[in-house]
Amino acid sequence: MFEMCADPKVLAGLDWFACYLTTPKHFQFYFSFLVVLTLIFITAPIVLALGFLGAFARRAAFAPLRLVGHAYTSMVRGVPDIVFFLFVPIALDQALEYVRHRVLCPEVTEPVYRGNDFVVCAAAKLPLSSAPQWIHEVYGFVLAIIAFSVVFGAFAANTIDGALSAVPRAQLETARAYGMTERQTFRRIHLPQMWVYALPGLSNLWMILIKATPLLFLLGITDIVYWARELGGSKTSFFEYPHPDWRVWYFLALLAFYLLLTWLSEKGFAWLNVRVRRGQATIGAEVAGVGR
Amino acid sequence: MSCAETFQAYALRSFGFGERALPKTGISLCEQVVLIGSGVAWNLYFAVLAVFFGFFFATALAVARNSADPWLRKPAEMFVFVFRGSPLFIQFFFAYEAFVLLPRVGFDIPLGFATVTATTSWLTKAWLGALIVLFLNTSAYSAEIFYGALRSVPKGDLEAAEAFGMSGFSRFRRIIWPTLLRLAWPSYTNEAIFLFHATTLVFFSGFPAWRQEGDALYYASYFAEKTFNPFVPYPIVAIYFIIATVAIIALFGAINGRLNRHLAPEARSRVVYRPELKR
Amino acid sequence: MRKLVIAALVTAVSAGSAFAQQVIRMGTEGAYEPYNFINDKGEIDGFERELGDKLCEIAGYTCEWVKNDWDTIIPNLLSGNYDTIMAGMSITDERKEKIDFTQNYFPPAASAYVALAGADDSVINGNIAAQVNTIQSAYIAESDATLIEFAIADETVAAVRNGEADAVFADKDYLQKIVDESNGELKFVGEDVQLGGGVGMGVRKSDTEMRDKFDAAITQLKGDGTLNAMIEKWFNIKDAF
Repeated sequence: MFEMCADPKVLAGLDWFACYLTTPKHFQFYFSFLVVLTLIFITAPIVLALGFLGAFARRAAFAPLRLVGHAYTSMVRGVPDIVFFLFVPIALDQALEYVRHRVLCPEVTEPVYRGNDFVVCAAAKLPLSSAPQWIHEVYGFVLAIIAFSVVFGAFAANTIDGALSAVPRAQLETARAYGMTERQTFRRIHLPQMWVYALPGLSNLWMILIKATPLLFLLGITDIVYWARELGGSKTSFFEYPHPDWRVWYFLALLAFYLLLTWLSEKGFAWLNVRVRRGQATIGAEVAGVGR
Repeated sequence: MSCAETFQAYALRSFGFGERALPKTGISLCEQVVLIGSGVAWNLYFAVLAVFFGFFFATALAVARNSADPWLRKPAEMFVFVFRGSPLFIQFFFAYEAFVLLPRVGFDIPLGFATVTATTSWLTKAWLGALIVLFLNTSAYSAEIFYGALRSVPKGDLEAAEAFGMSGFSRFRRIIWPTLLRLAWPSYTNEAIFLFHATTLVFFSGFPAWRQEGDALYYASYFAEKTFNPFVPYPIVAIYFIIATVAIIALFGAINGRLNRHLAPEARSRVVYRPELKR
Repeated sequence: MRKLVIAALVTAVSAGSAFAQQVIRMGTEGAYEPYNFINDKGEIDGFERELGDKLCEIAGYTCEWVKNDWDTIIPNLLSGNYDTIMAGMSITDERKEKIDFTQNYFPPAASAYVALAGADDSVINGNIAAQVNTIQSAYIAESDATLIEFAIADETVAAVRNGEADAVFADKDYLQKIVDESNGELKFVGEDVQLGGGVGMGVRKSDTEMRDKFDAAITQLKGDGTLNAMIEKWFNIKDAF
């Protein structure tokens, strides 16, 4: 990075730190913060979409669909989310490879589960072992996104379903009395009104999504937790910048990062909350009216 | 090994009794069910103690947050912000690394019939270190719930208490606290469940598993790695947790009934399990 | 099985004829200096990186390095996430049941105990830290000492430094530099123990052709003294073979 960093052995004090913190390895650490933010911003819209799907399924007229909706939204209630984070990526990966194995290699007749092994033919591997490394990484990341989306989608479905039910019936009946169709009522009245009720739950969900991102580490992705452990561990003179065990400082930095992120989010949602409530007859307004 | 033998060998494995070596080859369904079940005991241990002690600390924190004295209010606000604003997973990692830096000292705790020598090295073990983190974490979340409930205690109740000549601690204990609990209980039930679920993180964070004694998810991931088959161990964990969650809801529901026993049936609040998550 | 443990850090030993050459994915841990570690540039470095690149050059493969956690390194070889393991892995009968090894490229080595400076030799019967799934952890598990397992080697040493374990039991070559640079904080205790049949490259049993090619390449490097020079450079051991 800096010219003076050419020979780390002669550095001392602040110079040493300036060079140490700008090694390419540290830039991989800094880059992994972006990976975390990417995960949040990609996952959030998918979670919202799955939330709507789940909520609609729960309210569907068609009974089996309703059952699916209920099963989906209640699965997260009794089982820790971490179980899903560990289970979904492996299960999905094996399911995909199993199907590809059956389709692409019909000539192989041995079972796929052999004792303590899971064996599919080479053509069924995902990604193919000849694929470049970045494809392997992206594949792992996509599985992680799916795992996060599935779990938080179920929570979002609970929230959205609750918010849809919370919109006063009188408003919907009035809309119908004005001659709006079912579809128009939903789009013009039900949906816009719903946001007010859903926002507290969704903002809570956003916070939880942020706080769940370090679990990426459990999925074997080189995330900020991985780098904090790797960089913080004590280093002998095989490394250019030897140092004792500094993991506690690296984790302190992660702690600060997350506190900043949740603090900023809190401010953002407070602002958003004021915005959606503008001009609406909402709980806030009703509560204010009670004292009269 | 028959299933009864497996039960004998592994039922208490998570606490260091029974067979030393974990099953390695030809893993049976029975072994998975027994060993994962033995791990659930750790989850219950963490959850029960953290929630029990957290309950009292959270009450104190909520009162401090409501205090007019900034010397009480600010630290309480800060505490709640730090523990609610950061991931529990990172809290575990940080706490472990911080605990191991403590100087090793032992001190005697007289228990009357015997003296126990406690050492700071206990903090680096999951049974104490992780328990403390979980205790502080649930205290922060519960304090937020209790604080919200405290703010909603009807003013009329307080005025009535004053009219009866109650003040200070007796007013708190006999009027504010029962009402606070009644208002907070449905949310507090959710918090207890989520803390219980969060205990699965302990052995995946900094705290090492001693002699391979771990919780339910620790053993489940062990089996998933050994058998290459996630479709057996993880559903077993799920079933254990669903049963335990239902039990928690029943227990907290019963307490809720007691808190509300003076009210007409239709005025009672019901514990509706709504996942207001945490972490 | 964490099949997804396929982290970053890859460099192809690129050759002009990349099209004609078969790509071999080389699995390593990246946390066991001087065998393999992630250097300050964020790349895999160490004795095995240098040797592996050389072996690939001789065998005519294009090699790509893949980092994988130690505890899942054999399952992920079997499931095809990479084609070889070069991770300071000792050749043992138990491992040979699952995978094949080339001939050793590092001679059978001593394992040693390290404890804090004030400790005496009796600590080797106390709480011993070892890395999970290693020959050392298997050795401790069968002894009278209490085994504490850690996922990475650095954590085992940290556990001794902070007093959580009485001693760490690991490859002496790994511990040597750490002891040398601890300013007297750490020291070797007890007797060294000879374990394993040297370090070899792990491959799937079905990949016999590739194994033979690497075997031949190792023989060549042993013959012309290149391997000995590399071992001297990284381990400061003269005339290893």
